[in-house]
Amino acid sequence: MKRYSVFAVAREALRYHTGWERAWRSPEPKRHYDVVIVGAGGHGLATAYYLGKNFGITNVAIIEKGWLGGGNTGRNTTIIRSNYLQDPSAAIYEKARSLYETMSQDLNYNVMFSPRGVIMLAQTEHEIRGYKRTAHANQQQGVQTEWISPERVKEIVPIINLDGPRYPVLGGLYQERGGTARHDAVAWGYARACSDMGMDIIQKCEVTGVRTENGRTVGVDTTKGPIDCDKIGMIVAGNASVLSEMAGFRLPMESVALQAMVSEPIKPCMDVVVMANTVHGYMSQSDKGEMVIGGGTDGFNNYTQRGSFHHIEETVRALVETFPMVSRLKMLRQWGGIVDVTGDRSPIISKTPVQNCFINCGWGTGGFKSIPGSGWAMAELMATGHSPLTEEFTINRFKEGKFIDESVAAGVAH
Amino acid sequence: MSTRLANQGRLIDRSKQIDFTFNGKSMKGFAGDTLASALLANGQVMMGRSFKYHRPRGVVASGSEEPNALMQLGVGDRYEPNQRATTTELFSGLSANSQNHWPSLEFDVLSINNKLSRFLTAGFYYKMFIHPRPLWKHVYEPIIRKSAGLGAAPDKELKDADTYEHFYFFADVLVIGGGVAGLQAAKAAAASGAKVLVLEQNNFWGGRAPVDGGTIDGDTPDAWIAKTLAELRDMDNVTLRDRCMGSGVYDHGYALGYERLTDHAPGQGGPRHRLWRIRASQIVTATGAIERPLSFAGNDVPGVMLAASMRDYVVNWGINPGQKVVVATNNDDAYRTALVLHEAGVEVVRVIDTRETGGGALMEAVREKGIRVELGRAIAKVKDGKCVTEVAICAQNGEGGARETVQADAVAMSGGWSPVVHLWSHCGGKLIWDEANANFRPDASRPPLGHDGNGFVVPAGAANGEFGLAALLEDAAAAGAKAAEAAGFPAKSVAAAKGESAAELQMEAVWLMPAKADIKLRMKTWLDYQNDVKVSDVQLAAREGYESVEHTKRYTTLGMATDQGKLSNINGLAILADSLNSEIPQVGTTTFRPPYHPISLGAIAGEARAEIFQPVRKTPIADWMDQNGADWEPVGQWRRPFSINKPGEDRHAAVNREVKNTRENLGLLDASTLGKLVVKGPDAGKFLDMMYTNMMSTLKIGKCRYGLMCTENGFLMDDGVVARIDEDTWLCHTTTGGAERIHGWMEEWLQTEWWDWKVYVANVTEQYAQIAVVGPNARKVLEKLNAAAGGGMDVSKEALPFMEWRDGKIGEFDARAYRISFSGELSYEIAVAASEGQAFWDALMEAGKEFGVMPYGTETLHILRAEKGFIMIGDETDGTVIPQDLGLHWALSKKKEDYLGKRAQARSHMVDPERWQLVGLETVDGSVLPDGAYAVGEGVNANGQRNMIGRVTSTYFSATLNKGIAMGLVKHGPKRMGEVIEFPGTDGVTYKAKIVDPVFYDKEGEKQNV
Amino acid sequence: MLILECPYCGVKAEETELAAGGEAHLKRFGPGSSDDEFHDYLFMRENPKGVHFERWRHANGCGKWFHAARCTMTLEVFGTYTAQTSVPTQEIIDKIAAKRPGWTWREFADEK
Repeated sequence: MKRYSVFAVAREALRYHTGWERAWRSPEPKRHYDVVIVGAGGHGLATAYYLGKNFGITNVAIIEKGWLGGGNTGRNTTIIRSNYLQDPSAAIYEKARSLYETMSQDLNYNVMFSPRGVIMLAQTEHEIRGYKRTAHANQQQGVQTEWISPERVKEIVPIINLDGPRYPVLGGLYQERGGTARHDAVAWGYARACSDMGMDIIQKCEVTGVRTENGRTVGVDTTKGPIDCDKIGMIVAGNASVLSEMAGFRLPMESVALQAMVSEPIKPCMDVVVMANTVHGYMSQSDKGEMVIGGGTDGFNNYTQRGSFHHIEETVRALVETFPMVSRLKMLRQWGGIVDVTGDRSPIISKTPVQNCFINCGWGTGGFKSIPGSGWAMAELMATGHSPLTEEFTINRFKEGKFIDESVAAGVAH
Repeated sequence: MSTRLANQGRLIDRSKQIDFTFNGKSMKGFAGDTLASALLANGQVMMGRSFKYHRPRGVVASGSEEPNALMQLGVGDRYEPNQRATTTELFSGLSANSQNHWPSLEFDVLSINNKLSRFLTAGFYYKMFIHPRPLWKHVYEPIIRKSAGLGAAPDKELKDADTYEHFYFFADVLVIGGGVAGLQAAKAAAASGAKVLVLEQNNFWGGRAPVDGGTIDGDTPDAWIAKTLAELRDMDNVTLRDRCMGSGVYDHGYALGYERLTDHAPGQGGPRHRLWRIRASQIVTATGAIERPLSFAGNDVPGVMLAASMRDYVVNWGINPGQKVVVATNNDDAYRTALVLHEAGVEVVRVIDTRETGGGALMEAVREKGIRVELGRAIAKVKDGKCVTEVAICAQNGEGGARETVQADAVAMSGGWSPVVHLWSHCGGKLIWDEANANFRPDASRPPLGHDGNGFVVPAGAANGEFGLAALLEDAAAAGAKAAEAAGFPAKSVAAAKGESAAELQMEAVWLMPAKADIKLRMKTWLDYQNDVKVSDVQLAAREGYESVEHTKRYTTLGMATDQGKLSNINGLAILADSLNSEIPQVGTTTFRPPYHPISLGAIAGEARAEIFQPVRKTPIADWMDQNGADWEPVGQWRRPFSINKPGEDRHAAVNREVKNTRENLGLLDASTLGKLVVKGPDAGKFLDMMYTNMMSTLKIGKCRYGLMCTENGFLMDDGVVARIDEDTWLCHTTTGGAERIHGWMEEWLQTEWWDWKVYVANVTEQYAQIAVVGPNARKVLEKLNAAAGGGMDVSKEALPFMEWRDGKIGEFDARAYRISFSGELSYEIAVAASEGQAFWDALMEAGKEFGVMPYGTETLHILRAEKGFIMIGDETDGTVIPQDLGLHWALSKKKEDYLGKRAQARSHMVDPERWQLVGLETVDGSVLPDGAYAVGEGVNANGQRNMIGRVTSTYFSATLNKGIAMGLVKHGPKRMGEVIEFPGTDGVTYKAKIVDPVFYDKEGEKQNV
Repeated sequence: MLILECPYCGVKAEETELAAGGEAHLKRFGPGSSDDEFHDYLFMRENPKGVHFERWRHANGCGKWFHAARCTMTLEVFGTYTAQTSVPTQEIIDKIAAKRPGWTWREFADEK
């Protein structure tokens, strides 16, 4: 693999960029792999990458029914934070956040991780208590967060209106090392690195069946023919229920639409990510200048990747209230993705009833920020059968009543 | 240079001159001008700078598809960036500034990027700025952010001076687009009797037909449009709205209209924008088509314009686009531009037609005017600069070696037409590739599906890929009739108007000009003007493996500018397909998403802002509270006073005063926000036994019982006192903000699980004002009121014991008094009719004077209950806490087989002795524990996190006890009484606290039992 | 932006009037049930790409709960019906069977 650098760009510029090689190969599938990852989104690619990097397992195929990074990886609002309340969540999201810090260097691909800071606004007394609690928990979890005053919020976010007549800003939970990254680049960077390790990324190849023998997985059937393997990792946000049915087990999960939108680009006016959970809206400004805006999920099962407009209205209303100056900006584009939501709205990273078949799903609205941590942990689980990061995220926790509930901190998980 | 023609201009009124400014310079235009046409009339060809390379740019289109001429409009609280000059109607005093440059439009420092463009290709930033790591955040990214973005951000304190509104409309048939196809479709649909709404984004009707010429029913298009509009306006079942864009089509026939009411007349009053929320049975998309640019080097130089747009400027606004114009085309339509220019007296230097055999009648007409037409030719290059000066012409089928160079100051280009399929596609309508016209058009067999599984969008006219007046009008009439019929209004036969227009010969798909342009030319050939994406960029993306159209889009940013690829998408797709040796339909399109054209966030937010952002629920005593120092806090939809501050008093001092006074004298709390649900019916007892963990069916009439409600998952969700009113009636109190939720919860079970149980639930929360009369003097004040009224309810210990209720008179008021206490004091919660709430409050305040009465707020309520060790839903509970964690076993009926949550509480983790349990906490030094602090144990867990053994759930300064008190959940807590555990604060201090009984005050309960 | 006809008040209700209530026709398991039964009752949900039976409440309308059969891929609504039933009505099943031969959904699948 030719390394990317300013010198490489300069060299190529002189020959009109004719010398760049493919970022990833586009091979036909082999008959057998040690590991088949179903789903070439961020999580699937990251899992493959860490299987190779951390465990030397490189005879891996990553099978994708569409195009890599084409699901939720490429349609989220790119927020990265780890200020979660519960230990297992804080552990995996902080692992992810720390891996994001060095991802560009690891992958030799600029994923534009920008630790510009994330503030979650407290707008009720109840929220104040919730976020102070989170700050205390984070301190013990090794996650750097702090509770900040309204005045400090205003310093960091000059465009904010502290004195909303309905919900004044009473302070915020600030994670200075949270931020954003370029979502597509994360998928592309991992894909390039996986391909470079000799892994096969097989796009436009749909899994049509999961083959098992004696309760053990032996391969998958695909639109490009059968592929044998020793282990399967199912990492298909939005389609996990469908795939698990193929393997013969069910998931405690439902799929709903989550929407986002961007404004037209403007010159920089907001450096941090701000989340206002009481009023259900969050916003950041991309490097391109667009205000990137997200809200809550629709309430009903949906696979259309379209949401209902009243959710957009609610989100925009909240943001106009919180940042009055956006009133005169314009919505450029709205879109939707399908997120899988489990019984406690936390993910499942787990062994399954089928031996050697592993599942990673149910990230709900928190998928993008967890990609490297999720991949790291999933790779460890698949390679060794155990990962401390995934221990609490089992499929069985619902039976035991051992939930990982993040909504308790007055927050929604975005 | 562009100028105003002496005549022409069907949309302008030369008798009305309008003054405006551009970059501070005074200019003049006419009523009917757009900002773009007015600027052109003033010779201002260069109107902006591109996004990435900061190249000089002029207006290229005449409508909402314009990617270049974006302006900063207005000042102060009416400032707005990124307004298209082409859709901005000129008004007196308009102030426009070009954007994305520094220091000026003419001289832009960042145009250095243009010089560096060879380095700054697609995706260059993914390959650079990787090392050293800190530089990305601190150096590279800030530079990129500053140079990106378009218009300047509004001022950070901007408060929008305008208002916005929402409007509902229900239509049988919604016609989007008021061109001749839209009007024809509307006419056909309306004839059936269907209720029809027609939306037109411009301030004029008829679309481009009047510019393009031809005849309709033997008359000019203008005449037919006027006649048809008059007919439609006369029909009661038709509503017409101009300046109103159909911006999005959503599921089940929902559509948005975006009406710009005062953009052309700011300050005239009324809302600026109106968002139409439309439900339509059927939607006709008569949204026309957009001309495609041709891809030749220098196709972005100011003065290069779409051929039909140039025609618009001439015919509609009387603009002379230049002195010498080159027309480049691959189809017949652009010849119309040559004819219009010629007629306006503009010299057409050349018509360059890529087709070896040229066009039909229109070409002949052009030749007859003596205009030189070159066949099989292409533009090799337009010389770089701030305006077109020189055009090099070559063979289309070559590499770009120029045969001839001509002097010109404007270029009209036409690469063919693409139907506007956006609205068809928003909700899943599929497309097919039309080989003849080289465009994607709606596939009528795969429309977006409505609630009944049938298609609900019908494309019409050019939006359906039908060009030529005759075919277009027939298609539109059929579409209108089809939509009406599908909406349940069988069509009356309405003959389509007869259109006649010049016959056109086959166009030729030309995606690169010349066909074998070398790399140097391709690096100067723009696809996406605003985002600076060139042919070479798409080719690079394909070469690097970004093969999917979505990859290419995202890698190059093709089609991601504010025009969302209206001009660039098809051209880019074609280049990609060619690079992949694939066909365009195989490559496919990116997804079309709403809105069609950007719409203001203000319009989306609508009226609900500031005071009416969300409704505030108010109790009958809210106004009194407001006048007497209430320090409000939002609690759900309500606001409650945190404390009631005296002048000059801060909230903490107020709380301490309130606490002490209530304990020592008399406190009044407005408890009206507590939910009050009447549960009634023969099965009400049985039902409440399921809803509550306690046994409610055995509660005696006249008595009260504190009850807990759990989710089916076992977790505590609400609590409150339940009173048995009569044989089959109970009144259930819920938490503030819980009334609607719990009412819904009860209804859910009654309607969907136990629907044969005979129970009614009514939410009477707002029917009553409820006032807690609390403190040692509580009985005295009530007795005083009764004495004054000469009788009333006996509120003595014997007549109204603790945990009982009575109906009767208190003073002059019909009241229901509950002897319940959330404070540990002698306490009556008294409900009166909401309409009498304020009077009752006033009476209590007046009578209570001699007893030291003071109102108190929520914080005092919290402290009083915490001193007594009473739990608070939302503090001690958070959705993960079960009653057993809180030592509430006594409230879990052992006699009942079942209640909601019972099964869940039997799961292994719920009976785990390791669960954290409720205890009281007292700091060793009497200080107040920090809110939300965690207690730490030894060591770390497998993920390196410090082991935690408990947390603070409530913490207060108790003025009664003059020290900090707290409640918390601690592992093995009740067994560790007296132990001291550590709570590291976020302030760097480690707080040491002793585990104690959670009841801090009056453990025996003597004070409430008097 | 869905429209569902409330079978009680007959209003063609806008989505903003409605509250979604998840999968329909769940059988409640209480004390005495096995861990598996209780788990499935609380958490296991049909999540099909296709026909789905679900609960809705006409929350900002008549307040009644009702059932709907809806396709999660096309959002086509096959019908709405009373919430006071533990199985879909035959009419709805027939309607779906006619439009979607071979559809499956728990035990209510089209067996033909």
